[in-house]
Amino acid sequence: MNISHHPSEDLLLDYASGALGEAWSLAVATHLALCPGCRRVVSGMEALGGSMLDSIVPAPTSRNTLNAVMTRLDAMTERDAAVPAAPPADGHTPILPQPLRGYAGADADGLNWQRLGLGAYQMPIPTGDKGVTARLLRIPAGRPVPKHSHGGLELTLVLSGAFSDATGSYGRGDLQAADENLEHQPHAEPGEDCICLAITDAPLRFSSLAARMVQPLLGI
Amino acid sequence: MNDDDRQNMAGQLDRMLVAVADCRDRQAFKSLFEYFAPRVKAFGLRQGADPGMADEVVQETMINVWRKAKQFEATKASASTWIFAIARNMRIDMLRKANRPEPDMDDPAMVPDPEPQAHEIIHRKQEARRIEEAFASLPAEQQEVLRLAFFEDKAHSRVAAELGIPLGTVKSRIRLAFRHLRGVVGEEQ
Repeated sequence: MNISHHPSEDLLLDYASGALGEAWSLAVATHLALCPGCRRVVSGMEALGGSMLDSIVPAPTSRNTLNAVMTRLDAMTERDAAVPAAPPADGHTPILPQPLRGYAGADADGLNWQRLGLGAYQMPIPTGDKGVTARLLRIPAGRPVPKHSHGGLELTLVLSGAFSDATGSYGRGDLQAADENLEHQPHAEPGEDCICLAITDAPLRFSSLAARMVQPLLGI
Repeated sequence: MNDDDRQNMAGQLDRMLVAVADCRDRQAFKSLFEYFAPRVKAFGLRQGADPGMADEVVQETMINVWRKAKQFEATKASASTWIFAIARNMRIDMLRKANRPEPDMDDPAMVPDPEPQAHEIIHRKQEARRIEEAFASLPAEQQEVLRLAFFEDKAHSRVAAELGIPLGTVKSRIRLAFRHLRGVVGEEQ
């Protein structure tokens, strides 16, 4: 698999520092599961965080804090100690990597997809982020999504199949960041339905009157 | 502290964490606590926690250091980096009451890291030090953006507002800073 569209450094930095909200982080973390190169960049950023922790001016903690922690260690049994979970033994690769599969509740073929019309389906993904919408979209192979622009930021992470627009072709693991400046008409590429995770903080702005009319019905 | 002292200190912290993982060594844990608890507390205070809340972040962070010590891999990260990540996650959990989505190394869908070559393992150990040196060599304005991003839980859009500079400038400074860091980390490979 060749990933050619990666999150920007500033998005990775917000994820590494912990400033990025949960829904956006879901897209970044799921990209990281598929992209060793970006994991390496995030590790470097965390190393910078570690060296900043070394150089911070320490704030004294009271003796009580240490005592409280040692008392809690005494009360813990070794069963409480986290041990790495054993990997599942079967050879099949899920379409939705973790952490996304956990948020969705099942892999892509086990979800209760909601019909959007024109052969497209969606599956809302609940997160704790207010004002940010996360959803899985399934666009039938070879079909277009109506031309639209964005009222805010949209992150789209491809998990299966591929889509393309004027900015390029996006396959499994590729992440597209779109903002107010991008108006595009993505097409699912032929061969396989395109399943992607889309995170938005404002409704899409469809160019055609017909698409705008059905928009409230579809909730997109 | 000069560079050698810092290297010795980093090595000691790594060994103490391994002793906690392998032998459940309580003395080593107390030494880790002495070093890290005041730093994690300062980190929490910088991010707007009150002292009581900052103490709770310290407690939960150190409990998790004990619980998860076996997951620490000294070839991949320093103890400081590993504990920074735990403290960051505790802060998100406790101060922001939010989840932090993270990849799961045991997931069958995870695309694994390429097998590291022997020389790369050594490089990874040096990586943190080189990143630190690279950070110190950045222009002051880039250092400031990164420090605000890490210590004060500020998304870069808020860093921009704080410094009174356009968001695009902050983004380009971050990009420049990491292009520089990437270059330093990537050299000799």
